[in-house]
Amino acid sequence: MIINHPILGPRDSQEFTYLGDATLIDRPDWEADDAAGQFHDYLYLRDNPAGEHRELWFHEQGDRSWLVVTRNTVTHEILNVELARDVARARGRSK
Amino acid sequence: MRYSGLKVIKEALTGHKGWRPTWRDPEPKKSYDVVIIGGGGHGLATAYYLAKNHGITNVAVIEKGWIGGGNVGRNTTIIRSNYLLDGNEPFYELSLKLWEGLEQDFNYNAMVSQRGILNLVHTDAQRDAARRRGNAMILNGSDAELLDVDGVRAMYPFLNFNNARFPIKGGLLHRRGGTVRHDAVAWGYARGADLRGVDIIQNCEVTGFKIENGKCLGVETTKGFIGANKVASCVAGSSSRVMEKAGMRLPIESHVLQAFVSEGLKPVLDGVITFGAGHFYCSQSDKGGLVFGGDLDMYNSYAQRGNLPVVEDVIEGGMALIPALGRVRMLRSWGGVMDMSMDGSPFIDKTHVDGLYFNGGWCYGGFKATPASGWCYAHLLATDTPHKVATEYRLDRFRRGCMIDEKGQGAQPNLH
Repeated sequence: MIINHPILGPRDSQEFTYLGDATLIDRPDWEADDAAGQFHDYLYLRDNPAGEHRELWFHEQGDRSWLVVTRNTVTHEILNVELARDVARARGRSK
Repeated sequence: MRYSGLKVIKEALTGHKGWRPTWRDPEPKKSYDVVIIGGGGHGLATAYYLAKNHGITNVAVIEKGWIGGGNVGRNTTIIRSNYLLDGNEPFYELSLKLWEGLEQDFNYNAMVSQRGILNLVHTDAQRDAARRRGNAMILNGSDAELLDVDGVRAMYPFLNFNNARFPIKGGLLHRRGGTVRHDAVAWGYARGADLRGVDIIQNCEVTGFKIENGKCLGVETTKGFIGANKVASCVAGSSSRVMEKAGMRLPIESHVLQAFVSEGLKPVLDGVITFGAGHFYCSQSDKGGLVFGGDLDMYNSYAQRGNLPVVEDVIEGGMALIPALGRVRMLRSWGGVMDMSMDGSPFIDKTHVDGLYFNGGWCYGGFKATPASGWCYAHLLATDTPHKVATEYRLDRFRRGCMIDEKGQGAQPNLH
Protein backbone atom coordinates (compact mmCIF):
# COMPACT_ATOMS: atom_id res chain seq x y z
CA MET A 1 0.00 0.00 0.00
CA ILE A 2 1.16 3.53 -0.82
CA ILE A 3 0.20 6.25 1.63
CA ASN A 4 0.07 9.70 0.09
CA HIS A 5 1.62 11.73 2.90
CA PRO A 6 0.24 15.31 2.93
CA ILE A 7 3.75 16.76 3.29
CA LEU A 8 6.13 14.13 1.90
CA GLY A 9 4.07 12.73 -0.96
CA PRO A 10 3.59 9.03 -1.76
CA ARG A 11 5.36 6.77 0.78
CA ASP A 12 5.49 2.97 1.15
CA SER A 13 3.26 1.80 4.03
CA GLN A 14 6.27 -0.18 5.31
CA GLU A 15 7.66 3.10 6.67
CA PHE A 16 4.66 3.38 8.99
CA THR A 17 3.40 1.61 12.08
CA TYR A 18 -0.29 1.14 12.64
CA LEU A 19 -2.21 2.07 15.76
CA GLY A 20 -5.88 1.60 14.87
CA ASP A 21 -9.23 3.34 14.77
CA ALA A 22 -8.91 7.15 14.60
CA THR A 23 -11.53 7.52 17.35
CA LEU A 24 -8.52 7.06 19.65
CA ILE A 25 -8.01 10.82 19.08
CA ASP A 26 -11.19 11.47 21.05
CA ARG A 27 -9.92 10.73 24.53
CA PRO A 28 -12.77 10.88 27.08
CA ASP A 29 -12.98 13.51 29.80
CA TRP A 30 -11.37 12.03 32.89
CA GLU A 31 -13.45 14.28 35.13
CA ALA A 32 -16.80 13.05 33.81
CA ASP A 33 -19.03 11.18 36.26
CA ASP A 34 -19.00 8.05 34.08
CA ALA A 35 -15.30 8.36 33.15
CA ALA A 36 -14.55 4.71 34.01
CA GLY A 37 -17.24 3.48 31.62
CA GLN A 38 -16.19 5.93 28.92
CA PHE A 39 -12.55 4.86 29.17
CA HIS A 40 -13.56 1.19 28.97
CA ASP A 41 -15.40 1.86 25.71
CA TYR A 42 -12.60 4.09 24.42
CA LEU A 43 -9.85 1.61 25.17
CA TYR A 44 -11.48 -1.74 24.43
CA LEU A 45 -14.46 -1.44 22.05
CA ARG A 46 -14.20 -0.90 18.30
CA ASP A 47 -16.63 -0.39 15.42
CA ASN A 48 -14.38 -2.56 13.22
CA PRO A 49 -16.20 -1.82 9.96
CA ALA A 50 -15.91 -3.71 6.68
CA GLY A 51 -15.47 -0.82 4.28
CA GLU A 52 -14.31 2.71 4.96
CA HIS A 53 -12.21 2.99 8.10
CA ARG A 54 -10.46 6.07 9.51
CA GLU A 55 -7.30 4.98 11.26
CA LEU A 56 -4.09 6.27 12.79
CA TRP A 57 -0.74 5.56 11.14
CA PHE A 58 2.61 6.74 12.52
CA HIS A 59 5.40 7.63 10.09
CA GLU A 60 8.05 5.96 12.21
CA GLN A 61 10.68 5.59 9.47
CA GLY A 62 9.99 9.07 8.11
CA ASP A 63 9.06 12.41 9.62
CA ARG A 64 7.45 10.79 12.69
CA SER A 65 4.12 12.47 12.05
CA TRP A 66 0.79 10.88 12.92
CA LEU A 67 -1.64 10.56 10.03
CA VAL A 68 -5.36 9.85 9.80
CA VAL A 69 -5.73 7.53 6.83
CA THR A 70 -9.15 6.71 5.42
CA ARG A 71 -8.87 3.25 3.92
CA ASN A 72 -11.25 0.59 2.68
CA THR A 73 -10.72 -2.54 4.81
CA VAL A 74 -12.20 -4.80 2.13
CA THR A 75 -10.09 -3.61 -0.84
CA HIS A 76 -7.13 -1.92 0.98
CA GLU A 77 -7.74 1.17 -1.19
CA ILE A 78 -6.55 4.38 0.48
CA LEU A 79 -9.13 7.12 0.03
CA ASN A 80 -7.80 10.07 2.00
CA VAL A 81 -4.79 11.03 4.11
CA GLU A 82 -4.71 13.87 6.65
CA LEU A 83 -2.30 15.01 9.32
CA ALA A 84 -3.67 13.78 12.64
CA ARG A 85 -2.82 17.12 14.26
CA ASP A 86 -5.11 18.91 11.79
CA VAL A 87 -7.89 16.44 12.53
CA ALA A 88 -7.40 16.83 16.28
CA ARG A 89 -7.35 20.64 16.09
CA ALA A 90 -10.49 20.67 13.96
CA ARG A 91 -12.12 18.69 16.77
CA GLY A 92 -11.08 21.28 19.34
CA ARG A 93 -8.02 19.53 20.77
CA SER A 94 -4.72 21.19 21.83
CA LYS A 95 -5.37 24.73 20.70
CA MET B 1 -23.27 -41.87 4.98
CA ARG B 2 -21.54 -44.46 7.13
CA TYR B 3 -18.09 -45.77 6.37
CA SER B 4 -16.52 -49.18 6.82
CA GLY B 5 -13.68 -51.20 5.33
CA LEU B 6 -16.22 -53.45 3.62
CA LYS B 7 -17.89 -50.43 2.00
CA VAL B 8 -14.56 -49.20 0.64
CA ILE B 9 -13.84 -52.61 -0.95
CA LYS B 10 -17.35 -52.87 -2.37
CA GLU B 11 -17.18 -49.41 -3.89
CA ALA B 12 -13.73 -50.07 -5.33
CA LEU B 13 -15.16 -53.08 -7.17
CA THR B 14 -18.27 -51.29 -8.43
CA GLY B 15 -16.75 -48.09 -9.79
CA HIS B 16 -17.41 -45.90 -6.74
CA LYS B 17 -21.00 -45.30 -7.86
CA GLY B 18 -22.58 -45.97 -4.48
CA TRP B 19 -21.16 -43.06 -2.48
CA ARG B 20 -23.77 -40.57 -1.32
CA PRO B 21 -23.41 -37.02 0.00
CA THR B 22 -21.93 -37.01 3.48
CA TRP B 23 -24.59 -34.65 4.83
CA ARG B 24 -28.08 -33.65 3.74
CA ASP B 25 -28.90 -30.31 2.12
CA PRO B 26 -32.20 -29.45 3.87
CA GLU B 27 -34.41 -26.42 3.58
CA PRO B 28 -34.66 -24.53 6.89
CA LYS B 29 -37.56 -25.36 9.21
CA LYS B 30 -39.65 -22.54 10.69
CA SER B 31 -37.88 -22.75 14.02
CA TYR B 32 -35.24 -24.63 15.99
CA ASP B 33 -34.17 -25.01 19.60
CA VAL B 34 -30.75 -23.65 18.68
CA VAL B 35 -29.64 -21.81 15.56
CA ILE B 36 -25.86 -21.61 15.14
CA ILE B 37 -24.62 -18.85 12.83
CA GLY B 38 -21.46 -19.93 11.04
CA GLY B 39 -20.66 -23.34 9.52
CA GLY B 40 -16.96 -23.31 10.26
CA GLY B 41 -15.06 -25.67 12.51
CA HIS B 42 -16.35 -24.11 15.72
CA GLY B 43 -19.98 -23.89 14.61
CA LEU B 44 -20.06 -27.47 13.37
CA ALA B 45 -18.27 -28.73 16.49
CA THR B 46 -20.81 -26.88 18.63
CA ALA B 47 -23.68 -28.56 16.76
CA TYR B 48 -21.99 -31.94 17.07
CA TYR B 49 -21.45 -31.68 20.84
CA LEU B 50 -24.92 -30.19 21.41
CA ALA B 51 -26.34 -33.33 19.83
CA LYS B 52 -23.86 -35.82 21.26
CA ASN B 53 -23.25 -34.51 24.79
CA HIS B 54 -26.55 -32.82 25.53
CA GLY B 55 -29.10 -34.60 23.30
CA ILE B 56 -30.17 -31.34 21.68
CA THR B 57 -30.73 -32.24 18.04
CA ASN B 58 -33.32 -29.70 16.89
CA VAL B 59 -30.45 -27.53 15.72
CA ALA B 60 -29.57 -25.66 12.54
CA VAL B 61 -26.14 -24.49 11.43
CA ILE B 62 -26.52 -21.55 9.04
CA GLU B 63 -23.62 -20.79 6.74
CA LYS B 64 -23.30 -17.84 4.35
CA GLY B 65 -21.15 -19.75 1.87
CA TRP B 66 -20.20 -23.41 2.06
CA ILE B 67 -19.17 -25.13 5.27
CA GLY B 68 -15.50 -25.11 6.08
CA GLY B 69 -14.84 -22.31 3.58
CA GLY B 70 -13.57 -19.80 6.13
CA ASN B 71 -10.72 -20.01 8.56
CA VAL B 72 -10.97 -23.76 9.18
CA GLY B 73 -9.86 -24.08 5.56
CA ARG B 74 -7.28 -21.29 5.68
CA ASN B 75 -5.06 -22.05 8.68
CA THR B 76 -1.72 -23.80 9.07
CA THR B 77 -3.32 -26.85 10.76
CA ILE B 78 -1.35 -26.79 14.00
CA ILE B 79 -2.73 -28.13 17.29
CA ARG B 80 -1.03 -27.50 20.62
CA SER B 81 -1.58 -27.01 24.31
CA ASN B 82 1.34 -24.77 25.29
CA TYR B 83 -0.24 -21.72 26.89
CA LEU B 84 0.98 -20.01 30.04
CA LEU B 85 -1.98 -18.47 31.84
CA ASP B 86 -4.54 -20.22 34.02
CA GLY B 87 -7.44 -18.76 32.04
CA ASN B 88 -6.16 -20.41 28.86
CA GLU B 89 -4.12 -23.55 29.46
CA PRO B 90 -6.84 -25.83 30.92
CA PHE B 91 -9.04 -24.95 27.95
CA TYR B 92 -6.36 -25.75 25.36
CA GLU B 93 -5.40 -28.91 27.22
CA LEU B 94 -9.03 -30.08 27.01
CA SER B 95 -8.89 -29.26 23.31
CA LEU B 96 -5.74 -31.31 22.76
CA LYS B 97 -7.23 -34.27 24.67
CA LEU B 98 -10.31 -34.06 22.43
CA TRP B 99 -8.07 -33.97 19.34
CA GLU B 100 -6.38 -37.12 20.57
CA GLY B 101 -9.66 -39.05 20.55
CA LEU B 102 -11.42 -37.17 17.77
CA GLU B 103 -11.16 -39.60 14.87
CA GLN B 104 -12.48 -42.54 16.89
CA ASP B 105 -15.17 -40.27 18.31
CA PHE B 106 -16.66 -39.11 15.02
CA ASN B 107 -15.40 -42.02 12.88
CA TYR B 108 -13.74 -39.84 10.28
CA ASN B 109 -10.11 -39.64 9.27
CA ALA B 110 -8.89 -36.20 10.33
CA MET B 111 -5.22 -37.26 10.07
CA VAL B 112 -4.37 -36.07 13.59
CA SER B 113 -0.58 -36.27 13.72
CA GLN B 114 1.15 -35.57 17.04
CA ARG B 115 4.51 -34.85 15.54
CA GLY B 116 5.69 -32.43 18.21
CA ILE B 117 6.16 -28.67 18.35
CA LEU B 118 9.51 -27.11 19.15
CA ASN B 119 9.62 -23.45 20.24
CA LEU B 120 13.21 -22.32 19.82
CA VAL B 121 14.92 -20.00 22.30
CA HIS B 122 17.80 -17.70 21.44
CA THR B 123 18.65 -15.90 24.68
CA ASP B 124 18.99 -16.76 28.36
CA ALA B 125 15.88 -14.72 29.14
CA GLN B 126 13.91 -16.67 26.56
CA ARG B 127 15.10 -19.92 28.11
CA ASP B 128 13.84 -18.76 31.50
CA ALA B 129 10.49 -17.84 29.95
CA ALA B 130 10.33 -21.22 28.19
CA ARG B 131 11.05 -23.03 31.47
CA ARG B 132 8.29 -21.09 33.20
CA ARG B 133 5.85 -21.81 30.38
CA GLY B 134 6.81 -25.48 30.39
CA ASN B 135 6.14 -25.70 34.12
CA ALA B 136 2.74 -24.03 33.67
CA MET B 137 1.91 -26.53 30.95
CA ILE B 138 2.92 -29.51 33.09
CA LEU B 139 0.93 -28.18 36.05
CA ASN B 140 -2.15 -28.17 33.82
CA GLY B 141 -1.64 -31.74 32.62
CA SER B 142 0.12 -30.97 29.36
CA ASP B 143 3.64 -32.05 28.45
CA ALA B 144 6.82 -30.04 27.98
CA GLU B 145 10.55 -30.73 27.71
CA LEU B 146 13.29 -28.14 27.76
CA LEU B 147 15.98 -29.05 25.23
CA ASP B 148 19.52 -27.71 25.20
CA VAL B 149 21.19 -26.84 21.93
CA ASP B 150 22.51 -30.38 21.43
CA GLY B 151 18.99 -31.72 21.88
CA VAL B 152 17.74 -29.36 19.18
CA ARG B 153 20.69 -30.21 16.92
CA ALA B 154 19.91 -33.91 17.18
CA MET B 155 16.35 -33.26 15.96
CA TYR B 156 16.93 -30.62 13.30
CA PRO B 157 20.59 -30.47 12.25
CA PHE B 158 19.84 -28.20 9.29
CA LEU B 159 18.83 -25.16 11.35
CA ASN B 160 21.13 -22.14 11.43
CA PHE B 161 22.56 -22.62 14.92
CA ASN B 162 25.27 -19.99 14.61
CA ASN B 163 23.27 -17.02 13.43
CA ALA B 164 25.44 -14.13 14.67
CA ARG B 165 22.53 -12.22 16.14
CA PHE B 166 20.15 -15.00 17.14
CA PRO B 167 22.08 -18.20 17.90
CA ILE B 168 19.86 -21.12 18.87
CA LYS B 169 20.28 -21.87 22.58
CA GLY B 170 17.68 -24.58 22.97
CA GLY B 171 13.95 -25.06 22.74
CA LEU B 172 10.76 -26.02 24.49
CA LEU B 173 9.45 -29.26 23.04
CA HIS B 174 5.76 -30.08 23.25
CA ARG B 175 5.57 -33.65 21.97
CA ARG B 176 1.79 -34.00 21.93
CA GLY B 177 1.36 -30.99 19.66
CA GLY B 178 1.17 -31.52 15.93
CA THR B 179 -0.98 -31.05 12.85
CA VAL B 180 -4.40 -32.12 11.59
CA ARG B 181 -6.00 -32.33 8.16
CA HIS B 182 -8.02 -29.14 8.63
CA ASP B 183 -10.82 -29.61 6.05
CA ALA B 184 -11.53 -33.08 7.38
CA VAL B 185 -12.26 -31.55 10.78
CA ALA B 186 -15.12 -29.50 9.32
CA TRP B 187 -16.37 -32.47 7.29
CA GLY B 188 -16.12 -34.91 10.19
CA TYR B 189 -18.06 -32.65 12.55
CA ALA B 190 -20.60 -31.84 9.82
CA ARG B 191 -21.17 -35.53 9.15
CA GLY B 192 -21.44 -36.35 12.85
CA ALA B 193 -23.90 -33.53 13.47
CA ASP B 194 -25.96 -34.35 10.38
CA LEU B 195 -26.23 -38.03 11.39
CA ARG B 196 -27.70 -36.91 14.70
CA GLY B 197 -30.34 -34.77 13.02
CA VAL B 198 -28.73 -31.31 12.83
CA ASP B 199 -29.73 -29.32 9.73
CA ILE B 200 -26.73 -27.80 7.94
CA ILE B 201 -28.05 -24.96 5.78
CA GLN B 202 -25.49 -23.59 3.35
CA ASN B 203 -25.67 -20.49 1.13
CA CYS B 204 -27.89 -18.82 3.69
CA GLU B 205 -26.70 -15.49 5.05
CA VAL B 206 -27.95 -13.97 8.29
CA THR B 207 -29.15 -10.44 7.56
CA GLY B 208 -30.46 -9.50 11.00
CA PHE B 209 -31.72 -10.59 14.39
CA LYS B 210 -35.29 -10.41 15.60
CA ILE B 211 -35.01 -8.98 19.10
CA GLU B 212 -38.08 -8.02 21.14
CA ASN B 213 -38.09 -6.87 24.75
CA GLY B 214 -34.47 -7.85 25.19
CA LYS B 215 -35.05 -11.40 23.94
CA CYS B 216 -33.70 -12.84 20.69
CA LEU B 217 -36.49 -14.68 18.86
CA GLY B 218 -34.60 -15.77 15.76
CA VAL B 219 -32.66 -14.62 12.74
CA GLU B 220 -33.59 -13.01 9.44
CA THR B 221 -31.79 -14.76 6.61
CA THR B 222 -31.64 -14.77 2.83
CA LYS B 223 -33.91 -17.85 3.07
CA GLY B 224 -36.46 -16.09 5.29
CA PHE B 225 -37.00 -15.82 9.02
CA ILE B 226 -35.85 -18.73 11.19
CA GLY B 227 -37.11 -18.78 14.75
CA ALA B 228 -34.95 -20.04 17.60
CA ASN B 229 -35.02 -20.37 21.37
CA LYS B 230 -31.31 -19.71 21.33
CA VAL B 231 -29.14 -18.07 18.68
CA ALA B 232 -25.41 -18.78 18.81
CA SER B 233 -23.05 -16.60 16.80
CA CYS B 234 -19.85 -18.42 15.81
CA VAL B 235 -18.35 -16.40 12.97
CA ALA B 236 -14.82 -15.46 14.03
CA GLY B 237 -13.35 -13.08 11.46
CA SER B 238 -16.75 -11.45 10.89
CA SER B 239 -17.92 -11.22 14.50
CA SER B 240 -18.15 -7.42 14.52
CA ARG B 241 -20.20 -7.38 11.31
CA VAL B 242 -22.70 -9.94 12.58
CA MET B 243 -23.03 -8.73 16.17
CA GLU B 244 -23.45 -5.14 14.96
CA LYS B 245 -26.86 -6.29 13.69
CA ALA B 246 -27.73 -6.99 17.33
CA GLY B 247 -26.48 -3.54 18.34
CA MET B 248 -23.24 -4.74 19.90
CA ARG B 249 -19.74 -3.25 19.71
CA LEU B 250 -17.08 -5.84 20.45
CA PRO B 251 -13.55 -5.69 21.88
CA ILE B 252 -12.33 -7.01 18.54
CA GLU B 253 -10.54 -5.81 15.42
CA SER B 254 -10.41 -7.86 12.21
CA HIS B 255 -6.91 -8.42 10.85
CA VAL B 256 -5.49 -10.41 7.97
CA LEU B 257 -2.94 -13.17 8.55
CA GLN B 258 -1.07 -14.72 5.66
CA ALA B 259 0.16 -18.28 5.27
CA PHE B 260 2.30 -19.98 2.68
CA VAL B 261 3.05 -23.37 1.20
CA SER B 262 6.05 -24.45 -0.85
CA GLU B 263 6.37 -26.97 -3.64
CA GLY B 264 6.32 -30.60 -2.50
CA LEU B 265 9.58 -31.90 -1.06
CA LYS B 266 10.75 -35.25 0.21
CA PRO B 267 10.36 -35.57 4.00
CA VAL B 268 12.69 -33.06 5.60
CA LEU B 269 10.85 -31.61 8.58
CA ASP B 270 9.02 -34.12 10.74
CA GLY B 271 7.66 -31.74 13.38
CA VAL B 272 6.63 -28.14 13.80
CA ILE B 273 9.29 -25.53 14.60
CA THR B 274 8.89 -21.92 15.62
CA PHE B 275 11.60 -19.27 15.39
CA GLY B 276 12.00 -17.45 18.70
CA ALA B 277 13.72 -14.34 17.38
CA GLY B 278 11.27 -13.40 14.65
CA HIS B 279 7.76 -14.42 13.80
CA PHE B 280 8.11 -17.57 11.69
CA TYR B 281 6.85 -21.13 12.11
CA CYS B 282 7.00 -24.08 9.78
CA SER B 283 5.86 -27.65 9.33
CA GLN B 284 5.74 -30.06 6.41
CA SER B 285 2.40 -31.30 5.14
CA ASP B 286 1.76 -34.94 4.29
CA LYS B 287 1.86 -33.96 0.62
CA GLY B 288 5.39 -32.63 1.17
CA GLY B 289 4.88 -28.88 1.01
CA LEU B 290 6.44 -26.73 3.69
CA VAL B 291 3.58 -24.89 5.40
CA PHE B 292 4.61 -21.71 7.15
CA GLY B 293 3.48 -18.35 8.35
CA GLY B 294 4.37 -15.37 10.47
CA ASP B 295 2.96 -12.07 11.59
CA LEU B 296 -0.29 -10.31 10.88
CA ASP B 297 -0.24 -7.59 8.25
CA MET B 298 -0.91 -5.30 11.25
CA TYR B 299 -3.75 -3.17 9.80
CA ASN B 300 -7.52 -3.80 9.99
CA SER B 301 -8.64 -5.88 7.03
CA TYR B 302 -11.48 -8.05 5.78
CA ALA B 303 -9.74 -8.76 2.48
CA GLN B 304 -8.59 -12.40 2.94
CA ARG B 305 -5.37 -11.38 1.25
CA GLY B 306 -2.32 -9.52 2.50
CA ASN B 307 0.47 -7.41 1.08
CA LEU B 308 4.09 -8.00 0.08
CA PRO B 309 5.95 -6.42 3.05
CA VAL B 310 4.77 -9.20 5.34
CA VAL B 311 5.61 -11.84 2.74
CA GLU B 312 9.14 -10.47 2.73
CA ASP B 313 9.26 -10.36 6.54
CA VAL B 314 8.10 -13.97 6.90
CA ILE B 315 10.58 -15.24 4.31
CA GLU B 316 13.41 -13.31 5.99
CA GLY B 317 12.56 -15.03 9.26
CA GLY B 318 12.50 -18.37 7.48
CA MET B 319 15.86 -17.77 5.84
CA ALA B 320 17.41 -16.77 9.17
CA LEU B 321 16.26 -20.04 10.71
CA ILE B 322 16.48 -22.50 7.78
CA PRO B 323 18.96 -21.24 5.17
CA ALA B 324 18.08 -24.19 2.92
CA LEU B 325 14.65 -22.61 2.45
CA GLY B 326 16.31 -20.32 -0.11
CA ARG B 327 16.37 -23.19 -2.61
CA VAL B 328 12.68 -23.96 -2.23
CA ARG B 329 10.07 -22.47 -4.53
CA MET B 330 6.92 -21.02 -3.02
CA LEU B 331 3.72 -22.47 -4.37
CA ARG B 332 0.86 -20.51 -2.84
CA SER B 333 0.05 -17.88 -0.26
CA TRP B 334 -3.30 -16.89 1.13
CA GLY B 335 -4.86 -14.77 3.86
CA GLY B 336 -7.46 -15.35 6.52
CA VAL B 337 -9.38 -12.78 8.52
CA MET B 338 -8.85 -12.98 12.27
CA ASP B 339 -10.98 -11.73 15.14
CA MET B 340 -8.13 -10.05 17.05
CA SER B 341 -9.33 -9.41 20.57
CA MET B 342 -7.99 -6.75 22.91
CA ASP B 343 -6.02 -9.21 25.07
CA GLY B 344 -5.36 -11.95 22.52
CA SER B 345 -7.82 -14.38 24.12
CA PRO B 346 -11.26 -15.55 22.96
CA PHE B 347 -14.86 -15.21 24.13
CA ILE B 348 -17.48 -17.88 24.80
CA ASP B 349 -20.27 -16.06 26.54
CA LYS B 350 -23.88 -14.93 26.76
CA THR B 351 -24.67 -11.42 25.57
CA HIS B 352 -26.84 -8.68 27.03
CA VAL B 353 -29.66 -10.00 24.80
CA ASP B 354 -31.53 -12.95 26.29
CA GLY B 355 -31.14 -16.00 24.06
CA LEU B 356 -28.22 -14.59 22.06
CA TYR B 357 -24.80 -16.14 22.60
CA PHE B 358 -21.37 -15.21 21.31
CA ASN B 359 -18.28 -17.20 20.41
CA GLY B 360 -15.35 -15.38 18.78
CA GLY B 361 -12.16 -13.42 19.28
CA TRP B 362 -9.97 -16.44 18.50
CA CYS B 363 -7.10 -14.34 17.13
CA TYR B 364 -4.88 -16.77 15.21
CA GLY B 365 -5.45 -19.62 17.65
CA GLY B 366 -8.88 -20.73 16.51
CA PHE B 367 -8.07 -23.95 14.72
CA LYS B 368 -6.41 -25.76 17.61
CA ALA B 369 -9.29 -24.68 19.83
CA THR B 370 -11.99 -26.16 17.59
CA PRO B 371 -13.00 -29.22 19.67
CA ALA B 372 -12.93 -27.47 23.06
CA SER B 373 -14.64 -24.40 21.64
CA GLY B 374 -17.50 -26.54 20.37
CA TRP B 375 -17.54 -28.56 23.59
CA CYS B 376 -17.67 -25.50 25.87
CA TYR B 377 -20.05 -23.50 23.66
CA ALA B 378 -22.44 -26.46 23.55
CA HIS B 379 -22.17 -26.66 27.35
CA LEU B 380 -23.03 -22.97 27.67
CA LEU B 381 -25.95 -23.25 25.25
CA ALA B 382 -27.36 -26.34 26.93
CA THR B 383 -26.91 -25.36 30.58
CA ASP B 384 -26.62 -21.55 30.52
CA THR B 385 -23.47 -21.82 32.65
CA PRO B 386 -19.91 -21.61 31.34
CA HIS B 387 -17.90 -24.80 31.14
CA LYS B 388 -15.33 -24.94 33.94
CA VAL B 389 -12.36 -24.51 31.59
CA ALA B 390 -13.98 -21.52 29.82
CA THR B 391 -15.06 -19.43 32.80
CA GLU B 392 -12.61 -16.65 31.98
CA TYR B 393 -13.75 -16.15 28.38
CA ARG B 394 -16.30 -13.48 29.29
CA LEU B 395 -17.11 -10.37 27.29
CA ASP B 396 -17.02 -8.17 30.40
CA ARG B 397 -13.52 -9.16 31.48
CA PHE B 398 -12.03 -5.82 30.39
CA ARG B 399 -14.52 -3.93 32.50
CA ARG B 400 -13.60 -6.14 35.47
CA GLY B 401 -9.87 -5.80 34.81
CA CYS B 402 -9.49 -9.56 34.29
CA MET B 403 -7.72 -9.69 30.94
CA ILE B 404 -6.04 -12.90 29.75
CA ASP B 405 -3.08 -11.29 28.08
CA GLU B 406 -0.58 -14.08 27.27
CA LYS B 407 1.94 -11.66 25.82
CA GLY B 408 1.36 -8.71 28.15
CA GLN B 409 0.86 -6.36 25.21
CA GLY B 410 -2.18 -4.43 26.42
CA ALA B 411 -5.17 -3.34 24.33
CA GLN B 412 -3.34 -3.37 21.01
CA PRO B 413 -4.87 -6.22 19.00
CA ASN B 414 -2.26 -6.38 16.23
CA LEU B 415 0.50 -7.11 18.75
CA HIS B 416 -1.06 -10.25 20.24
